[in-house]
Amino acid sequence: MIASPPHSAKSTSGNRTMVNDHILRMLETIAGQGNVSTQSTDLLTHAYDATRQKFLPDVVVHVENTEQVSRIVRLANTKKIPILPRGAGSGFTGGSLPVRGGIVLVLTRMNRILEIDTDNLITVVEPGVVTGRLQAEVEKLGLFYPPDPASKDFSTLGGNIAECAGGPRCVKYGVTRDYVLGLEVVLPSGDIIHTGGRTMKNVVGYDLTRLFVGSEGTLGVVTRIILRLLPRPESRKTMLVAFASIDGAARAVSTIIQGKIIPTTLEFMDASAIDCVRRTASLDLPAACRAVLIIEVDGEETALDRQVGNIGELIASLDVLATSIAATTAESEAIWQVRRSVSASLRSLNPDKFNEDIVVPRSKVPEMIHALEAIAARYGVAIVNFGHAGDGNIHVNVMVDLAEIGMRETVDQVLDEIFRATVHLGGSVSGEHGIGTAKAPFIAMELDPATLACMQTIKKALDPNNIMNPGKIFPESADEHRLSASRP
Amino acid sequence: MTVSSSLADLRHHIDQCVRCGACQAHCPVYLETCRESSVARGKIALAEAVLNGAVDLEDRLRQEAGLCLLCGSCAAKCPNQVPADALVAALRERITAARGLSSLGRGVALFTGSQRLLRGLLRSANLFSSLFFTKIPTQSGLRLRFSPAALKERVVPALARHTLFDRLPEFLPGDEDKPVLGVFAGCALTYLYPATGEAMVRLLNRLGYPVALPRSQGCCGMPALATGNQRLVGQLTAANTAAFKSNGTKTIITACATCHGMLADQPVIHGSPGGASVQDIHVFLVQAGLVDTLATLPAAPRRIRVTYHDPCHLRNRGITREPRALLQALPGVELIEMEGAGLCCGMGGTFTAAHPELSRAIGDRKLAGLQATRASVIASSCPGCVLQLQDIITRADLPVKVVHTLDLIDQAMSGEGPA
Repeated sequence: MIASPPHSAKSTSGNRTMVNDHILRMLETIAGQGNVSTQSTDLLTHAYDATRQKFLPDVVVHVENTEQVSRIVRLANTKKIPILPRGAGSGFTGGSLPVRGGIVLVLTRMNRILEIDTDNLITVVEPGVVTGRLQAEVEKLGLFYPPDPASKDFSTLGGNIAECAGGPRCVKYGVTRDYVLGLEVVLPSGDIIHTGGRTMKNVVGYDLTRLFVGSEGTLGVVTRIILRLLPRPESRKTMLVAFASIDGAARAVSTIIQGKIIPTTLEFMDASAIDCVRRTASLDLPAACRAVLIIEVDGEETALDRQVGNIGELIASLDVLATSIAATTAESEAIWQVRRSVSASLRSLNPDKFNEDIVVPRSKVPEMIHALEAIAARYGVAIVNFGHAGDGNIHVNVMVDLAEIGMRETVDQVLDEIFRATVHLGGSVSGEHGIGTAKAPFIAMELDPATLACMQTIKKALDPNNIMNPGKIFPESADEHRLSASRP
Repeated sequence: MTVSSSLADLRHHIDQCVRCGACQAHCPVYLETCRESSVARGKIALAEAVLNGAVDLEDRLRQEAGLCLLCGSCAAKCPNQVPADALVAALRERITAARGLSSLGRGVALFTGSQRLLRGLLRSANLFSSLFFTKIPTQSGLRLRFSPAALKERVVPALARHTLFDRLPEFLPGDEDKPVLGVFAGCALTYLYPATGEAMVRLLNRLGYPVALPRSQGCCGMPALATGNQRLVGQLTAANTAAFKSNGTKTIITACATCHGMLADQPVIHGSPGGASVQDIHVFLVQAGLVDTLATLPAAPRRIRVTYHDPCHLRNRGITREPRALLQALPGVELIEMEGAGLCCGMGGTFTAAHPELSRAIGDRKLAGLQATRASVIASSCPGCVLQLQDIITRADLPVKVVHTLDLIDQAMSGEGPA
């Protein structure tokens, strides 16, 4: 029995008739009886992601191999049933939410590391492999897979590819797309294609690999992944620098980069984040500290002290209040703990969090922070900022209590202003979380109509029946318009 | 662990879960099944749906509610500190209230419940014909943990002829200036590994402490909690409280991680027997300066390679350094750290009885790390883990001996060579 689900859950009963007994039997034939469920217990546990929104699917199917995926997608395409590829379900923008019901295709059991090739520095994996697990395995062999989203201990590589996940190390090493050499993809037709390959160089035909990376599961289901690996850096060194102003910290970032040093990570916390942590924990920072940079360098052990010294000299004149350099792993861990404590401390401000991941050109970070401070003051809401200063990716946390009357509308306006300011500064509304449903209303702020239409043309060409993760990326109205236009 | 609340009372904890999914990285069951309904986030979604009347207690839901070891790893690692283990216990209680006890739950109730009823049953019906069972009396949670189904093909230790209570008096006097320590033995150390229980008492007494070992103490209540029988938890707690109240102890020592996990968190009126604080033996021994004492022991002619397995119920309370510090201080021991030392053994009390195959699959994840250490002994600080590790190792045919940390300490203090 499914009663009307609470909160934001939406009924998707419109689709329910689409998945009839006949289709269920076919799904069972393909995936095995124990892997197909329409029971409430399974529907309820595949209705959400980290957005806390809920949409019940019609059926949940756990798959084991590419052939099953292909046959299920082909069936769904014939019957025009939505297909929702799902990994850990840890996305922040609704990418795995079954907003129109349909079949949730769970890929977590396709979790084999098929190959780690130490001659060619590549690895071949299935999409359900958890990122952190792959990293641990390749590091045992002296190799390195750099992308490190905060969720790496539980998010899957399939999901990382769908969203083109980033992380702190992107400053130096780039994002997920920079490591994907080739993919096996089940298209909405059920056809299995192979993009790219096992070589660094490959210019045969269109670069379809890059098209699928970051496509949020709207163009196909990734079933096998070839990734590039690097040698594991010999050593790391971490430092924390306290600044008297955000401008000092921002100029420090540009100065370091201009000084031809690319640190592994360049994380920042602004005054709002420092104050927030101070509410719940004692921080060993000067009282006048208004911004913090956490800088990590990696490479050959012998070169690291010199690099850290150079960084210290380069930024010495920029409002620096104090610098601490970790001498041991434990001290390094203590520095990172300062950064990690931000998220937990946010709850002390207000119960509801709107977590955005805007990105602006590196040099515009101070301007963006000032714009955020102005928006916070104008609307009287708390906005806490921290994130990846090195690549201009700012995690903006609007902390409110939605129980307050009118707060929902206020938040909508605040977010709208934040995104406008971001785009105005030449930035982007999402650096690493994707668009999904959460940011679809804002996509047109950033993409001009012709660019948006080009994307929709690609979507329609590959997925004419709009079965593959429908209702994502593109604004609802345009999507609906396109849908109705595609009907005979 | 919070044990006294109903699901409705815990609703604010359900709201505390932001559905981030971080629990997936720490759930031993999810790592095996890779199914969302196994993990804390899924179970919290189900608990919410049950509270809201959005789902009835269908077979699948009850089955999934059973798929939890109550190890607490998810709660310990949750960025929002959601006590998912307590939520699962409350969900099970809700199921029990609506549907009655499962057959497993009835087993627990029988054996951890009324002594009088049990004695009668044992006399009248020859339900437990195996030697193993006839030797374990009445209120023991072992009856459930090692039910005949769970014992099938399982490696069990030869049953001790004398229980812990046969071996030791109810009170051992010590130095006058030292406080009396209560010992909560727990079922496993009383009936299954009494030699280890004896080592615990002897160690404390050797350090000069008077030790009380009340006969009327019973099961800690974890098996009852795991089967959704919170009423029985209350009864056991009352019995244990009464058992320790009379001797005026302020500190109660345990050497079973599960008993410690069950008792240490409970509010005084309900839990920690007699209002005393419950402390893990390793933490107590380190605080009492035993590491220094062990360092003064004569050097051993040879040192054996020993590795340590972290019981979930200690690891998740941050007790990881103390057992290692003690092992490291032993003259005959070379402590080798094992990859995956903190991986769950898969025992989970009643879990292994209800899901033997899954339990073994979880446990077998430890094998690679263990073999890489080339250790000849694996020590742990929980008799439940010791039992499960023995099963894992015997099935894999490894030449590794499984012991409780206290066994090694006791041997060293008694001047015996290790193993």
